[in-house]
Parts: sequence; structure tokens; C-alpha cells
Amino acid sequence: MRMPKGEWKVGTKDDYYVRTSAWSAPGCHPVGCGLILHIEDGKLTGVEGDKDHPLTQGRLCPRCLALPEVVNHPDRILYPMKRARKDRGKNTWERITWDEALDLIVEKVEETRERYGYEGVHTFGGTGREATFYYPVLSYSVFQSPNVSTVISGDSCYGPRCMITNFILGTGYPEIDHAAYFPDRYDDPRFVLPEYVMVWGKNPIVSNPDGFFGHALIDMMKRGTKLITVDPRITWLASRAEITLQLRPGTDTALLMAMLNVVINEGLYDKEFVEKWCYGLEDLKERVQDMPPAKAAAITWVPEEKIIRAARVFAQAKSASIQWGLATEMSQNAVQTCQCILYLCALTGRIDAPGGISVGPKASLTGKWRYEQIKWVNPELIDKRIGNEEYPVSKSALTNCLADTVLDALEEEDLKIGMVWINSSNVWSCPGAVPERWLAALSRVEFIVAQDIFLTPANMSVADLVLPVSTFAEHDGLVLPHFGRNAPYLGAINKAVEVGEARSDFETVMALGKRLNPDAFPWETVEEFLDYSVYGNGFSFDDLRKMGQFQPDYSYYKYESGKLREDGEVGFDTVTGLFELRSLQFEAWGEDPLPYYQEPTFSPYATPDLAQDYPLVLTTGGRKYTSFHSEHRQVPTLREIDPWPIVQIHPDTAAKNGISDGDWVCIENQYGSCRQKAKLTYAVDPRVVHAEHAWWYPEQDMELPNQGGAFKSQINNLMPHFMTGKLYIGSPYKCLICRVTKVSGLDD
Amino acid sequence: MAKNALLIDYEYCTGCHSCEVACRNEKSLKKGEWGIKLTEYGPLPLPGDKWDYHFVPIPTLRCDLCSNRVAAGDEPACVKHCLAFCMQYGTIEEMAQAAERLGNRVAIFVP
Repeated sequence: MRMPKGEWKVGTKDDYYVRTSAWSAPGCHPVGCGLILHIEDGKLTGVEGDKDHPLTQGRLCPRCLALPEVVNHPDRILYPMKRARKDRGKNTWERITWDEALDLIVEKVEETRERYGYEGVHTFGGTGREATFYYPVLSYSVFQSPNVSTVISGDSCYGPRCMITNFILGTGYPEIDHAAYFPDRYDDPRFVLPEYVMVWGKNPIVSNPDGFFGHALIDMMKRGTKLITVDPRITWLASRAEITLQLRPGTDTALLMAMLNVVINEGLYDKEFVEKWCYGLEDLKERVQDMPPAKAAAITWVPEEKIIRAARVFAQAKSASIQWGLATEMSQNAVQTCQCILYLCALTGRIDAPGGISVGPKASLTGKWRYEQIKWVNPELIDKRIGNEEYPVSKSALTNCLADTVLDALEEEDLKIGMVWINSSNVWSCPGAVPERWLAALSRVEFIVAQDIFLTPANMSVADLVLPVSTFAEHDGLVLPHFGRNAPYLGAINKAVEVGEARSDFETVMALGKRLNPDAFPWETVEEFLDYSVYGNGFSFDDLRKMGQFQPDYSYYKYESGKLREDGEVGFDTVTGLFELRSLQFEAWGEDPLPYYQEPTFSPYATPDLAQDYPLVLTTGGRKYTSFHSEHRQVPTLREIDPWPIVQIHPDTAAKNGISDGDWVCIENQYGSCRQKAKLTYAVDPRVVHAEHAWWYPEQDMELPNQGGAFKSQINNLMPHFMTGKLYIGSPYKCLICRVTKVSGLDD
Repeated sequence: MAKNALLIDYEYCTGCHSCEVACRNEKSLKKGEWGIKLTEYGPLPLPGDKWDYHFVPIPTLRCDLCSNRVAAGDEPACVKHCLAFCMQYGTIEEMAQAAERLGNRVAIFVP
């Protein structure tokens, strides 16, 4: 099936095709992959790739291919449902109408405001999904509360990369240049193929992170791009890499400082760029003398000669880029890891160069509406935001509360949060460190609303009201890679079908907004809002539907043309106007302005006594093609492909511990334990194990206390609470210690 | 009539399972039934800091190379949706020529 040019819907009333761009629900990043949906008699019956999509060109991953199994799943939440507070954890849901649900919410919001003030309503949002556009709006514009957050400890997902980029070079998200802005892609004469891509702490072909279509990397490899991978595991990409740096989890900053040491001491840096556009080289040079490659080799387990070779190859390549992943943020050294990656890109002259690091504007294609909604919160309340008093970074650098401080607030004896809204977050089955504490803390809250497509451990255990979310096949909307911070295209999400009374995140926000703060929602229909969002580009939402995707133009070397600064001056949008190799902003916060290595709090070197009991380094969270975090566990075909959580163990380590391939094992440390199935593989070092995250079992008893086996395989049982870096950012999700022992099963 | 074949350039097969799910959709297959199934080898270390790690999807007896789709002018479902664009469809002769161009690590299946 191929959609005729300029059309987005063809066929008859009972049998038609709709072209759309994917986002969520079900959960995914904003890649906006191109799909053609087939609807027969009001039901989604088929999914095909859209060959006219500029990036995906007909290709689809198994999650989109299994979309009909999600949309038509018998366990979908189809209507608003409530239950008595005393029945939390029990399957005693009662179907109500949307009007009844909205009335109940308004009543509870007013009660909460009276008792605790506007700030007594807290909103949680799940990562990556379409909801990320609208849950902050729900908090600011609808509840007019400053209290909104994710659940992840140390805010260690994407936010730090954006924040650090903002202060060091003042741009949107730095992504590898993959010619995505150009209609004729790799053939555009302005584009230069990266000779090398360094893939740092990321497996993009599996995760399609934040809007980067991972297999674009394969397209470039076929054209000649070579890889350097930095990962504790031999991933498929590592197996195809020219240089594999298999480092000890959590030691990234040591490796980076050694590479900076080589690049600076051997004079391999781009002298013209550094002299003209960078601030602080001398200080950085002095600092990286602390980390000669031999020292880094002892820390990271990467041989000295490989560190030196990788640094030289990367610096001397005609064109090269780095793709940095979540792993850079999941240690207490996160800020410095991210800082060093940007420094390596800048010193080697890769910033905004063809085939280098593309940098986007801070917001694009849908205007500034989302960012301006904080105006509906009384400024005095901003100071009362959870954590603002004790943690100034939270106030000045983040647009949300630190999740750790929210858990602390929820555990306070004198609880000041009267109402919680959970938008598409499976709180303690997915990101939450200390999962049992999150359940206990949220159980104290007077009234909880949750939006999702399925019942999950989170909404089943603590919600008083659940609201159904529509899948992307069931609503109109917009999708922007990197949430607009470096968006090579804007895609139209087109409604193809209706299922139950499910509503999109925006539909729910607007319906409630019209009751609680109508001034913030001047639109009558969703389409009016979507028109308002895209008009700045000179077209309407209907025009965009017909285009499918809109690709804005791109220009390289924007710091030379004044396109990076609001005042139009050349340079970077930073305190000094330069790329800061020494960060004045970090210094103002009391952080070291220069990078430094910090050993993980728990490691064979930092805690040798503890390592007697827990001799293995534990890293977690590698992705599977068949799931998005805790989602898709109930989708038959995807679960058939990946039925159980897998912990990867080196065969020698397994033999020493009497573990065979396929055995259930207990993974345990000083904080807790969980059970996963062993896969023996040479992909990990004998001293390291890798465990999967966000596993639960929707086929099990969903009532409390079992709640879908939420704690049985949850690797975050082994995580500490609020153990972050100096700026309260970065938690050790990917660098803990553990032991593994054979057990007889999941429930042993 | 020339016999048709499926080519897998397994230097680039990333093991994404898209072929399996696209095929299941196309053939309306049930649990436990596959028209193409992924196999995995490795990763195993090789001398010279290299790694041997391969995925190869193998068509089963249920595969008819999507005769209905092809008759309607489309490609087989697995070929179209393959994330790595590492599958091709054509006559045995065309696939043999493609294999010669591609060089290493190519499999041709004649289901």
C-alpha cells in the first residue's frame, strides 16, 4: 500500500487507509516513524510502513508492527473508572462517564487547594511519550501548581544532557548529523558522511533514543561510516566497530579525560576553532594532566593503547561525531561525563560541522507555547516548589522538581501533597529507585488520578480514578524528534480509529483546563490548537497532514552566522558568548567548573570490604526491540519473542557460581534483590553482569500485594535513594555492585 | 518461470525481529507459528580484538515469498519492513548477482 501524494486518508467509509506518524501510546520516543493504517468496519486490522517517510522509508520495528495487538487488546482501559479509596489494590473498578470523572477531579482539586494551596497537587509524567509535551502543561496551566516531576532518581535521563548543553554551548540537543533535515538525505551536497561515529553508552538501533531513528546509523555504515563503541557490553554495534572500548560501568569520565589528555597534549585539537570560539583551554589542559591514559586504563579496564588510539583516530578523522546515551547520565559523575563528551566534540572541531554534531535551536516548529505555560503559576509558588529551598539547582536549572525530593516530601510526617496525577508512569515497576518506598509513600496520598492504556502495578495499587489514554492510531497530534530541541522534521499524527472512550493526553488536558482555568485554553477543538501550534511555519495542521512530514532547512556552523543567539550576534548563547571549556555556570552553583573523575560510590575499588559479599559490578537497563520500558509486556507476539527478564553473565562467572544458561538467578546487594533468568554470554566482562529493567507480569494477579509481580524482577530494588552527584543530578542506575545465585524459579 | 529467492545480507542484520512480526501479520499466524525465524550466533571473541556476532532470519515452510503481495506489485512483508534494509527479493539469478556485489556474509534462501 502506498498513499497517493498529498493524501492522508483514502478508501470507503468502512474500509480505508490512513497515513500517520507514530508516537504514543503505546510508549515510544518521538521518532515519528511513517505508518499506513488499515481500518475495516471501524477496527484497526493492518499496519504497513510508509515508503514516503524521509527517514524510515517503509521500515518499522516490531512494536509498531504489533500495533493492532495493542489497539485491540482485551485488557485496554476503555472508560474512566473509579473505586473507593479503601479498595486501592483491589479490582473493584466502576465505570463512570467522562463528565462524572471531570466533576470528581474538579471537586478534589478544589478540596486540595483549600487544604494545602495550589501547590498541593503534584503531577508525575512517564518518559519519552507524547505525554511529555502535555503533563507539564497539566500542572502549570490546569492545576496552576509548580510541582511536577518524573520519578527517576537524580533526574538521570535526557534532562542533564540538555541542561549541560544549555550552559556549555547554549543550544538544543547535540545529535549526530545524519542528513535528516535534507529531503534528498545523504545525497545532499551540503552533507558529509561521518568517517567515524563514536557511540557512547547507547544502543540506538534498539532504543531509537529521543527521536533518533537508530537504523540511520546502519544506513551510514553501509555508505562507509566506521564505528568506535564505548560500552560495557559487546552489543551488535560493538561487533561491527573498528574500535571497541569495553569499559567498567560508571568510569566514563576517566576514559574521556584521558582522551582529552591525548588530544590536547599531542596537539590534535582544532586550533582555529578553539582559539576563536572556546573559553578556558588552559584550565582544561591543566586539569586533564590528572588523567594520563595509563591511569585511566587502570580505572576503566580499557587498555592504555586502545584509549590513545581511539582518541587519535577520532581527532584525526576528516569528519566524526559522537552519539551520547543515557549511560552518560546514570552515574554520580554524570555532569562531568556529559561535560567531557561535549569538550571532545568541540576540541576536535565537530560542533555544527557537516558529518559532525548537529545542534538544534532550543525550541522549534511548534513555537514556545509549552515553555510559556509556567506563567499560569503564581510566581510566589515557584519558590515553594518541592526541593527549591534546599537544592538551588532545582530552582535555577530544571523546569521540574527532582524526583528524589518529591519522594522525601511524600514521606514527610506532615504530608503537604493532597492530590497526585500519574500520567503514563509505571512508578515503581519502571524508573523509581527504592520501589517499595514509592508504593508506600504514594499510598498515603488522599486522592490519585492515573492515565494509561492498561492497568499497571502503579494505577492498580494507588489510583482512585483511572482515565483511558488513546493510542496514536486514535488521535490527532504532532510529533517532533528530540521534542523540538533538534527536530529534523515535524510529523502529523492522524486519527484513524476510535476505541472505547479513550482520549489523547491533550484532549484530557484541554477538557479539564476548560473547567479549571479556561483562559489558558482558548481553543474549541483539538484541530484549532494544532493549527495554532504549527502556524509559525506558514501552514495549517491540515496542510501538514497532506505533507505527512515537514522538514525545515538546516545550516551548518551557526555560531559563525549569529543563528545560535537570540540577539543575532555570532558565537554561542553562553555567559562568555563562547563554548565554555571551563563552565562559569557550574562554578556559580558551587560545582567544579572543570571535569573530574569520581569513582562509583560502590565498586570493587571504593568499597573492597562490601565487594567481598557483592563481587560483581552490576549494570542495568539495556533495551529490547520488543518493549518500551515497562510497556508491551501484555502484547502477545512481543512477549512471545522476549518472555522473561534476562541477566547477562559471562560463562566463566556463571560456572564459578554453578549457574547454567536459562537458570533463574537471584541478583542481590545491600539494598535488595530480584529474580531474572541467566543468559550466559561473552557480551559482558567476567567481572560485570547486565540486568534488564522494568519487568512485571500482567498475566499474574494484579491485586495487592502481588500487583503483577511488580517487585519480583525489579532491578531497582538494588538501587539507593538520592545518591547523586554534587548538583543532585545523576544516579548510579548503571554502576552498582551485586552477587548472583541460582534459585529454582521466579518465586523461589 | 524463474524461481524466486530471499537474500539476507547478514553483515547488517541487527536481529530486530521486524521480519518475524511483519510475516506473522501478513500470514495471520498464531502463537508458536512463524513464517521466518531469527537465529543468533555469538558474540564470541576472535583473535585481533574482533567479534563474531551474527543474526540470520530463516524462512520456514510457511513462507511463500508473499505471493499475494508480490502479485499486487508489492514486496514481501519482511523485505519491506526490515529495519536494516538487509533483505532483498528477486529471482535466484538476481539474488546471486546481488550476493556477488555484496561480498561477504550473504545468505540466499529458496523457500
